[in-house]
Amino acid sequence: MFDTEMLIIGGGPAGLKAALSAAEQGADVLLVDRNPYLGGQLVKQTHMFFGSQKQYASERGVTIAEILTREVLNSDKICVLTDTTALGYFEDKSVALEIKGTFKTVYPKRVIVATGAQENTLIFPNSDLPGIYGAGAVQTLMNVHGVMPGARVAMVGAGNIGVIVSYQLLQAGVEVVAIIEAAPRIGGYHVHAAKVRRLGVPIYIAHTVVEAHGRESLEGITIACLDEKWQPVKGTEIELEIDVLCISVGLSPLTELLFQAGCKMEYVPQLGGHVPYRSENLETTVAGIYVAGDVCAVEEASAAMVAGQIAGLAAAGSLGYKQNNYEAKLKDAKNELAGLRRGPAGEKVRSGLWALTIAAGEAV
Amino acid sequence: MQEQTGIPSVDHILSTIPPKKRLAKGPVAVVECFQEIPCDPCYTSCTTGAILPFEDINQLPRIDWETCNGCGRCVGFCPGLAIFIVDDTYSENESLVKIPWEFSCLPEEGEEVAGLNREGREVARVRIKKVQPSPKKNRAHILWLVVPRELAFEVRSIALKQGKQVDRGRKICLKTQLSADVKTLR
Repeated sequence: MFDTEMLIIGGGPAGLKAALSAAEQGADVLLVDRNPYLGGQLVKQTHMFFGSQKQYASERGVTIAEILTREVLNSDKICVLTDTTALGYFEDKSVALEIKGTFKTVYPKRVIVATGAQENTLIFPNSDLPGIYGAGAVQTLMNVHGVMPGARVAMVGAGNIGVIVSYQLLQAGVEVVAIIEAAPRIGGYHVHAAKVRRLGVPIYIAHTVVEAHGRESLEGITIACLDEKWQPVKGTEIELEIDVLCISVGLSPLTELLFQAGCKMEYVPQLGGHVPYRSENLETTVAGIYVAGDVCAVEEASAAMVAGQIAGLAAAGSLGYKQNNYEAKLKDAKNELAGLRRGPAGEKVRSGLWALTIAAGEAV
Repeated sequence: MQEQTGIPSVDHILSTIPPKKRLAKGPVAVVECFQEIPCDPCYTSCTTGAILPFEDINQLPRIDWETCNGCGRCVGFCPGLAIFIVDDTYSENESLVKIPWEFSCLPEEGEEVAGLNREGREVARVRIKKVQPSPKKNRAHILWLVVPRELAFEVRSIALKQGKQVDRGRKICLKTQLSADVKTLR
């Protein structure tokens, strides 16, 4: 059992930035992550980032992970525990941690939940065959462990993750036979789609996987065109011979701890699922619990980093730590986040957010 | 159209082509960015001021063709790999097209490879003039392709060595009439 001023759960882009911003104001931070390394999904992201220079535009995700991890490890205000899982949030405002097989209870004055999101899956006949992966798993295999997932791959989902992982598969020397998207349009950035398209990867919009085939493992799939009611159209089936199918059909926020803590939650499809009500400072309805990153709205890592800054600053400020240009930094970060979401690409998130924002001080 | 296929529409492509007079002066950047997303490294990496300042980070890049000297710095910085350099003065029948390249299988200088259009179809054999390393560690390499002049606004990639560029399944892309349109324009 021990105390800490601030516990940050999750060492991805949001958690790392939150830790740095809070420490910079003078708060003592305990940053925990269940993985053996910091960086979260950034470590798998080999593409150059969008955004502005402030969010490391043109740097690759893996490089951003290195930069932020180095800064965090160099800070004497931040204590890092990797291989550490936050198991639960209890009524006495304690958090149970499993640290490499041992259990500890921590009493933090402030908590920032930056747990991220998990991949959604898709159910179809034989969807449990070996060779059918989530896109994140394929990224982990390729970009963390250096393992080729297979020889011929099809991707389900043309959102940003679907098109980016398809491109990464090509970079790894894997043949990508098709990207299959149920919606009548490509959800990912068009420049990402253009990159894979000009290398000859066809993108089948309004198509779905009807079933997978294979005895021991995946040998192929049948796809078909969808009508306006999202029903497969008979006679439009196409057979694809593949040994890997990659599923990239969206993410759902990892909100268990927020539910346990009694944060007021709402199901908002535009934000990825159940998400917490939060103030402009990213404080939930439970005083002292803040959120940042995909756990409160599934969007780009650049937005997660800026949200992390806001949560880290605000949580530190609420403890009285405002030593380093606090007000200006908080204002800048809020403007930056609003700017990232201002365009058409941010419309979905904007439409989901307005109903969830609570006034500061409404936390109970 | 790009929303359905990943391939920019003909109108979009035509809007990226500098006037004939400018093309006659030498290399120039061609920005194939048609969707408003929060991104501005083309502007911040440009040292000549040819990419005009962004009023909002979501707006599309605007380029002043007269100021652009075709240096290619933005090509390596664009996270969308959506900027190309076209030098229409390369030779009487050939143009030089510089494309960003992020694959470890680099072609060799002098090699002849398959030049692909925006749908990944081979439209010409192209010669690798130069493999230019990324301007800064971790950015994109830039390949200098010598392409038939009439295809300067058509060739946007080269074939991957390991992959076969075959028609897979049903033909799904609408064939663009781009070559014809561009020829008329020129």
